[in-house]
Amino acid sequence: MIDIYINNEKLSVSEDKTILEVCREIGVNIPTFCYDERLKVEGSCRICIVEAEGSGKLLPSCATQVAPNMKILTHSPKVMRMRRRLLETMLSNHDVSCLQCEKAGQCQLQDYAYEYDVDIEKYQGRKSSQEFLFSNKFFYLSRNKCILCGKCARICTQLQGNSVWAMSNRGFETEVNTPFGMDMEEAGCVSCGNCVSNCPVGALMPKFTGDKFRTWDVEKTQTTCPYCGVGCQFYLLTKNRKVVGVEPMKEGVNHGLLCVKGRFAFNFINHKDRLRTPLIRKEGELTEASWDEAYAHIREKLGAIKQNYGPDSIGVLSSARVSTEENYLAQKLARAVIGTNNIDHCARLCHATSVSALSQVFGSGAMTNTFEEMKHADVIFIIGSNTTEAHPVIGTFVKIAKENGAKLIIADPREIPLSEYADVYIPHDSGSDIALINGMLNHIITNKLYDQSFIEERTEGFDELVSILDDYTPEKAAAIAGVDPELIIQAAELYAKGPRSSIIYGMGIAQHANGVDGVCTLANLAMVCGMIGKESTGINPLRGQNNVQGACDMGCLPDNYPGYQPVALEANREKFEKAWGVSLPATTGLTASQMMEAGLKAMYIVGENPVISDPDAEHVKEVLRNMDFLVVQDIFLTETAAYADVVLPAASYAEKDGTFINSERRIQLIRPAIAPIGDAKPDYQILLEVMSVLGFENNLHTPEEIMQEITTVTPQYAGVTYPKIRRSNGIFWPIKAEEDNGTRVLHSQSFSRGKGLILPVRYSPPAEETDSEYPIILTTGRVLYHYHTMTMTGKTQGLMDIAPEGYIEIHPENAARLNLSDGEEVRVVSRRGAIRAKTRLTDRIKEGIVFIPFHFKDTHVNIITNTAYDPTAKEPELKVCAVRLEKV
Amino acid sequence: MKNEEEKQIILDIIKEHNQGPSSLVQVLTLIQEEHGYLPMNVQQLVAREMKVPFSRVYEVSSFYSRFTTEQKGKYEISVCLGTACYVKGAQGILDEIKRRLNIEEKQTTPDGLFTLVASRCIGACALAPAMIINKNVYGLLDKQKLTKILDTYAESTTEE
Repeated sequence: MIDIYINNEKLSVSEDKTILEVCREIGVNIPTFCYDERLKVEGSCRICIVEAEGSGKLLPSCATQVAPNMKILTHSPKVMRMRRRLLETMLSNHDVSCLQCEKAGQCQLQDYAYEYDVDIEKYQGRKSSQEFLFSNKFFYLSRNKCILCGKCARICTQLQGNSVWAMSNRGFETEVNTPFGMDMEEAGCVSCGNCVSNCPVGALMPKFTGDKFRTWDVEKTQTTCPYCGVGCQFYLLTKNRKVVGVEPMKEGVNHGLLCVKGRFAFNFINHKDRLRTPLIRKEGELTEASWDEAYAHIREKLGAIKQNYGPDSIGVLSSARVSTEENYLAQKLARAVIGTNNIDHCARLCHATSVSALSQVFGSGAMTNTFEEMKHADVIFIIGSNTTEAHPVIGTFVKIAKENGAKLIIADPREIPLSEYADVYIPHDSGSDIALINGMLNHIITNKLYDQSFIEERTEGFDELVSILDDYTPEKAAAIAGVDPELIIQAAELYAKGPRSSIIYGMGIAQHANGVDGVCTLANLAMVCGMIGKESTGINPLRGQNNVQGACDMGCLPDNYPGYQPVALEANREKFEKAWGVSLPATTGLTASQMMEAGLKAMYIVGENPVISDPDAEHVKEVLRNMDFLVVQDIFLTETAAYADVVLPAASYAEKDGTFINSERRIQLIRPAIAPIGDAKPDYQILLEVMSVLGFENNLHTPEEIMQEITTVTPQYAGVTYPKIRRSNGIFWPIKAEEDNGTRVLHSQSFSRGKGLILPVRYSPPAEETDSEYPIILTTGRVLYHYHTMTMTGKTQGLMDIAPEGYIEIHPENAARLNLSDGEEVRVVSRRGAIRAKTRLTDRIKEGIVFIPFHFKDTHVNIITNTAYDPTAKEPELKVCAVRLEKV
Repeated sequence: MKNEEEKQIILDIIKEHNQGPSSLVQVLTLIQEEHGYLPMNVQQLVAREMKVPFSRVYEVSSFYSRFTTEQKGKYEISVCLGTACYVKGAQGILDEIKRRLNIEEKQTTPDGLFTLVASRCIGACALAPAMIINKNVYGLLDKQKLTKILDTYAESTTEE
C-alpha cells in the first residue's frame, strides 16, 4: 500500500492500481470514452486526463499507475480547460442532432458537453467521413457521430474474439470500417451487438424495429436470457407494456456480453401470433374459449381417462424453457395429482446420457465447474460442441482463454469455427468418440502421464480400465476414428500435462445410442489425469436450454423425484408422500421417447414442441393425432399445439417471476418486465389452477413460495432463498444450509458417491451404419441464428434474413461424385423417410458426412433421424443416421 | 494474387520473416516489394498465416501511405510535399502532373505506366521541389523540366 493525494485528500491505496481506478473507488467522477475495465488500457481518447500537482503535467488517468506520494488534481482549471477543448474538437466533427438522436439521454458526449459547458460551435471546418454503414441486419454505423474512441474494435477483438472492425486509414481520414469496406457478415460479424452496447455515443445503434422511444421513456427490468444454457443477465427495456430493447449487464455470468439471439431476438414477446386466450377443439377446429371452459374440459376429459384407463395411461411433458418452480409443479401434477411417474422433458433429447453417466460415476449429473473458471484453464478440450454457435458467450470465453495462453484441443467431424483457434484439431468420424478417448487414455497410461495419487486416493476401477485399453493404441483408435494417430497422441499429451485441463462437451457426445458410455470415457480421462475437483478443470456438459438444468433438478424425469432422488427407493417415495400428503405410484414412469410408443390415452405438454424436436417426426404426429386427449400449454400455437384438444396460453419469461438454473448450476432470477399478454397466465399459475381443478390444493401462490416448498424436499436446494439469489446475481447449487452460499467446484474433497468410479468402456459403432443403400452419415446440430424449433427466433426478421432456410452441408468431393452443385436441391433419404434440402458445399465437413441443422420446418431433419436410443438414458441417436442423397 | 505460384512466393516471404505480430509491417513491406501491391486476398493470406486478425492487417496497410491495395504503374511518381518542397511550390508540381497525366493522387494511368503519390519529406530539401520516380530523385523542378522528365519515361517505354 502506498499513500497518494487525490484533490488534497490523503489515501492509502494498492500500488497496482491506476489513478482512474482509485478515483472510481472513492467516487470521484472522471469522464472516459475509450476506457472499459474489461479491455486492455488504450489511453487514446485523453478525456480522462488529470493534473499532477506541482509539475502541472497532464496524465491519462486510465493509463497511469499510482506512485508513492503522487498528488493528483482531477478537476483543476487546467484539466477542465483541456477536457473542454477535447470535447469541442470532437463536436467539431460530430453531427450534433441530439433532438433526434436515439442515444440522447445515454450519450456520454452529450453528458460531458453539458457538464463541461462546451461551446458546440467553437471549431468549424472540414468534416471527416460522414458515410453510413448499413450492412448489418440489426445495427448500423453513423460515422458522422463517431468519435473514434476505438472501443467497438477493441471489444470485438478482445472480448468477442472476432476482429470485424478496423480503425482504418490515418489522421483526419481515420474511420471505423470493415477491412476493405466489405459487408459485415462477410467480414465475420456474428451480430452479437457487443460493440453497439458499448458505443459511448450514437454512432453504433440498433436498427429501428418499429418502436420509437427515448432512453428516459423506458423501464429496465433485470432478468435472465431465455435462450441457451449460459444464462446471460440483461435488462429488458419496456415502454407501454412492450419490450423494445435489451441491454446487457456487466455484473452477470456474461460480463456484459450477449449473442445475437439474446441481444436482438426479443420481439417474439409482443408478437401478434402470441396465444391470448385458451382454445378448445370444437368440431375439429380450435376455437377461443374462457379459462373456466378450458379447465372444465380438462377436468372432465382427464378425469374420465384416468378412471377408465388408469393414471399410467396419461403422460406429462414438462419443459426446459419454463422456470424451475414451474417444473416442480409439472412433476407434482403428474405424480401427486394424476398419479403417474410418466413425467419427462426434452433433456431426454440432450443430456439425459450425461445425467445418467455422471450420476453413476461421480454421484452428481451436472457441470463440475463454472464458466468463469474456463478463462483460466491451461488446456481446454472441446469435443462434440459447436460452442460459438450453440453457446456463443462461452465460445467467446474459450477464445479469451486461448488469448490468455490456454491450449485448445477440438475434436469434431465438422471444422467448427473454434477449430481455427485450435492447437490440435481432430476431425474424427461421427460416433467414434469412445475409440478416440480410449486412444488418448492408452497413450496416457502407456507413457505414465496419469495422476497416480489421484487415482489411488479418489477413484476405483483403474485396473479394469487398463485391462481393456490394449485394443485402443493410438494407431488402432485412429483407424476407427478416421484420423492421424499423431493427433490423438498430441491431444493426450496436452490434456494430461495440464496443469489445469477442462473438458467441454455437448450433443456430439450425448446424442448417441452409446451416449452414456461416451460420457463415462470422458470421466475416465478426467479422473485418470486428476483433472477434476479443482478449479478450471472438470467435465462440463454445456446444457442447451435456459433451464434444462432446473427441469432435471426438479425431477421432471420418470425415475427421479426432485434432487435426483430415485423413485425406486421406497424411502424416497415415503418422504414425498408425507410432504405432499398423498400416496404416490411406486413404479418408475416412461421417458419421452417411450411415451411416443406406449399408446398413451392423454398427454399434457408444457412448452415443448416434440413434432419438430423428436426423432422420426411422422411417427410423433401420428401418435399425437390419435391421442384421446392432448393439452398443450405454450406461448405460441406450435406445430405440436396444432394437434391439441385444449391449448392454454402461457406467459413468456418476460411476464413472470421465477428462477432459471444455467448450465453451471447457477440459480438466477427472472422478473416480470410486462404483464402477461392478453389472457395468458404464467405457467405456474396455470399449473396450480389445473391441480386445483383436478382436486389438489397446494396453498402456494408465488414462485418464491413454490421455491420454499422445493427447498424442503430437495437436499441440493435446502439453503436456497430468493434474497440470497438477488444479493449475488445467482448462486451455485449445492446449497445445503442457510449459511451456505453455494458451491462452484464440485467433487473437490470427495465425489458425491465417495470414490469416483472408473468404468471401462469399449467402443461400439453407431446403431445405424452405412451400407451400399445408405452410404453417407448424417449428423445434425444448431446454427447461431436460430434456437431449437424457431418458435421464438423465427419471429425476428433479421435472423430470418440471415438464416432463412435449412440446408445440407456436404464436402465438395462428395458432391462431385453425386454430380451435385452448390445450392442445388437434393433429396435426403433415410430408412425412415425423406426430406429435401439445398446443398451447401464446404470442405469444413469430412467426406462421407453431411450436416443438416434441425431448426427448420422446410428441411425437417427429424423426419429422417434415428430413434435408436441409449439403453440406460433412453436418449435417441440424433447425431448419426445413414442416408443417401438423390438428385431431384 | 492470381495463381498458386504467386501464392507460394508470398507464403515463402511470410515463412521466412514472420516473427509474430510485431513483424507485420516488415512482412507487408517485403510482400509489396515482390508483389507490387497488397490486395484483399493477399492480406487475408497474411492474416491467416501470421495468426493476426484480418482487420489488424488492414489497419496497418491502410495506416502507412507506402502500402497500396491497388496495382501500381510501371513508374511510381512520388512528389515530395515536405515543408521545404511545399514552400518552393511542390503543390503546383503535383497539380501539373495530375493535369498532364489526367489522374488523381494514388491513381494509375490507364496505360499502366504511371502511378502518382504524394509523400512526406524525402530528405532532398536542398533540391526542393523534388520528386522520386522509382528510385531516381529529380530536384529543382519546374514545369519545363517536369515535361521533359515525363516525356523521357514515356518514350523509353515506347522504344522498348
